[in-house]
Amino acid sequence: MAALEARESELESFRGEARDWLAKNFPPSLKDVDVAMQVTGGWKPTGDAKLWAERMGAKGWGTPTWPKQYGGGGLSKEQARVLLQEMGRIGARSPIGGMGVMMFGPTLLEYGNEEQKSQHIPKIVTGEIRWCQGYSEPNAGSDLAALQTRAEDKGDHFLVNGQKIWTSGAQYADWCFCLVRTDKTRKHEGISFVLIDMRTPGIEVRLIKLISGNSPFCETFFTDVKVPKENLVGPLNGGWTIGKRLLQFERAGLGGGGGSQGRMEGRSLEQMAKDYVGTDERGRLADTDLRGRVTQHLMEARAFTLTLQRAQAESKSNQGPSAATSIMKNAGAKVAQDRAELTLEIMGHQGMGWEGDAFTPEEIVAARTWLGGKAVTIYGGSSEIQNNIIAKRILGLLDHQ
Amino acid sequence: MAVLTEEQTMLRDAAKSWVAEKSPVTALRKVRDSGADHAFDPAAWREIAEMGWAGILIPENYGGSGLGYLTLGLVLEETGRTLTASPLLSTAVATSALLLAGNDTQKETWLPKFAEGKAIGTIAVDEGAHHAPEKISLKATKDGSGYKLSGKKSFVADGSAADLIVVAARTGGKPGDANGVTLFLVPGNAAGLTREKLKTVDSRGHANLAFKDVSVGADAVLGSVDQGGAVLESILDRARAAIAAEMLGAAAQSFDVTLDYLKTRVQFGQVIGTFQALQHRAAKMFTDLELTRSCVEAALNAIDKNANDVAALCSLAKAHASDTWHLVSNEMVQMHGGIGMTDAHDAGLYLKRARVAEAAFGGASYHRDRYARLMGY
Ligand SMILES: Cc1cc2nc3c(=O)[nH]c(=O)nc-3n(C[C@H](O)[C@H](O)[C@H](O)COP(=O)(O)OP(=O)(O)OC[C@H]3O[C@@H](n4cnc5c(N)ncnc54)[C@H](O)[C@@H]3O)c2cc1C
Repeated sequence: MAALEARESELESFRGEARDWLAKNFPPSLKDVDVAMQVTGGWKPTGDAKLWAERMGAKGWGTPTWPKQYGGGGLSKEQARVLLQEMGRIGARSPIGGMGVMMFGPTLLEYGNEEQKSQHIPKIVTGEIRWCQGYSEPNAGSDLAALQTRAEDKGDHFLVNGQKIWTSGAQYADWCFCLVRTDKTRKHEGISFVLIDMRTPGIEVRLIKLISGNSPFCETFFTDVKVPKENLVGPLNGGWTIGKRLLQFERAGLGGGGGSQGRMEGRSLEQMAKDYVGTDERGRLADTDLRGRVTQHLMEARAFTLTLQRAQAESKSNQGPSAATSIMKNAGAKVAQDRAELTLEIMGHQGMGWEGDAFTPEEIVAARTWLGGKAVTIYGGSSEIQNNIIAKRILGLLDHQ
Repeated sequence: MAVLTEEQTMLRDAAKSWVAEKSPVTALRKVRDSGADHAFDPAAWREIAEMGWAGILIPENYGGSGLGYLTLGLVLEETGRTLTASPLLSTAVATSALLLAGNDTQKETWLPKFAEGKAIGTIAVDEGAHHAPEKISLKATKDGSGYKLSGKKSFVADGSAADLIVVAARTGGKPGDANGVTLFLVPGNAAGLTREKLKTVDSRGHANLAFKDVSVGADAVLGSVDQGGAVLESILDRARAAIAAEMLGAAAQSFDVTLDYLKTRVQFGQVIGTFQALQHRAAKMFTDLELTRSCVEAALNAIDKNANDVAALCSLAKAHASDTWHLVSNEMVQMHGGIGMTDAHDAGLYLKRARVAEAAFGGASYHRDRYARLMGY
């Protein structure tokens, strides 16, 4: 009991410390501005954004629980939660993000050797170096282990030849964590996890344009690319385990965007529906069928949020990992896509704008979000693959012969 | 599964082993086939009371344990798993009514008896084919210092067995008005009350009640005259969360039984669970069950904490549990093939109870509409 109280009061004193530091260092002009999103989108921060990124990077608070020895915040989980609460209170978003923070860093901390960690982690912490993910290939998507990009052993280096596709942010990335084939005779046991400097000669990046009009990702070609041996993470042919661990971090961070429901900027969905569709004399949405579907969606979104909270509470207590985590990706993706479809339907013709003054910025964003959001059931393990995983790993059903 | 205290874990484990030993699904079959008087086994109800479950909501000074709704939900989840027929839920609803609106005398009269299982309680709200607490028309007219009740109540759970019936009646206004509803405590054996036992698909005890000039004293008024509508909603919310817990347990069991079958039934030389068409439907059911659990636990918790969004969360829990069990009970029959259609298999029992529970205290569409109203659109 006394120990618990001591911990509580320690946490409260940390809260004071965090609050003071944020008051001194957070530029108020960035209230509610998602700097990290802009940075991963290829934008170099300037002015206040730059200042904020530098300060958070130096403090290590963009990666609050990472070890201090590599520049991380060195905070406990509880302290990190307090920090997030304090940032949320003043509308401060972390300016440090991207694949390095979300998935590669945590994986390297587990599997990297000392040199690799000292070389790469501090630069993820400060947001100096941007990473991209070289996993998918034209013939290796859901069946990722079918990948063919070859890394031949040439003594002190690997010679890499092949093609990756859907490489998000490759056009901006400084480095790529990559799954390559080092043994053709075995499928899963012939894959290695290597780190490739994107400035190495022989790498070519071509933009791919999406249905939403953006080009967030690329085809990445490797022609006789020399990768030093010290860039191999973990054992030779041991890359599959590491690659899968990284996917766990990726999926944990995804939740299909459904988690951000409550934090959506602008009008709520129900308000938007009232504004576009109108209400009857009792204040109810005039279109009763739409009203029913909006409600069904909002209730599903609430159920999803409650499940996120439950999984969090369960993983904090000593019940082990929560079974609920396995459903997050699909459930969250459905919430996000339903929301986008309903938004478009509510806006009617006004939701069909691509660009131009006939449409409000909110309307254009709705259309683009709707299109871009179709990806959430495809990447990070498609919905079908998630269902396979639930069926096999959680429910114990066997593979089809 | 919510993070439980040691006491809650013990109680849940006790419930698990009791239902396995004393109240498997065969117990419901026995009740059904023997034509038990009130469609439950009195011996089982006695044991339930002896284990203290009837007193989970009741404060210690009235002979209960005062552990609250989340704890009650844990027990109902387990009894739901085996479709245990007992007046536990109905009595818990009557208990909630007394806790929310009863005066000291009313509580002293009934709560100790409820806690001991010496009395059964229930609530009588609906008068037609659908849950519609705003449409109450059963009339209570002033008669000396007391009242006379006349009208009908339909599909009252454990209505024939109940010693105490919480009756929602109209003392003013007209059906549809928010004001003018008053709650009365009416003994089950009141003169002028006729109780018609219903034969329903779920083989549980339901009754239609007819009130003909049923006289009650002023001391039968629960809460305040004409102002019972709000507290009625609070009572119903507790009922909705509680039955959602029962439904969660029953849906989880329907799923577990089905999953087991997917792992054992062989066709085309392999267990049918290897077919992806079935696997993905199983994954969908599992996903829905996880979401339902979050909603049910959040609603029960909100009641215990007296949170300000109890109403919305209870509607969410009831709607979600209804949709999920609806799906799972249908899939249970379908994935069992022909055997699922037989009376000898349990699938039908789950399917039948599912629909009754879905309709009780408002079905999914009722609660979606209510949720929308609560959110102001
Ligand atoms: C926006 C976006 C960003 C991405 N970013 C990256 C990135 O940065 N790096 C990277 O490496 N990759 C990235 N990807 C690629 C992504 O991981 C793949 O698209 C994904 O793995 C699916 O592979 P695929 O496109 O080849 O589809 P396929 O695997 O060919 O799938 C086609 C369809 O078949 C279904 N299917 C496949 N196998 C099964 C099965 N066993 N059972 C049932 N159905 C099945 C799928 O669900 C899908 O519906 C990104 C994709 C998108 C859309």
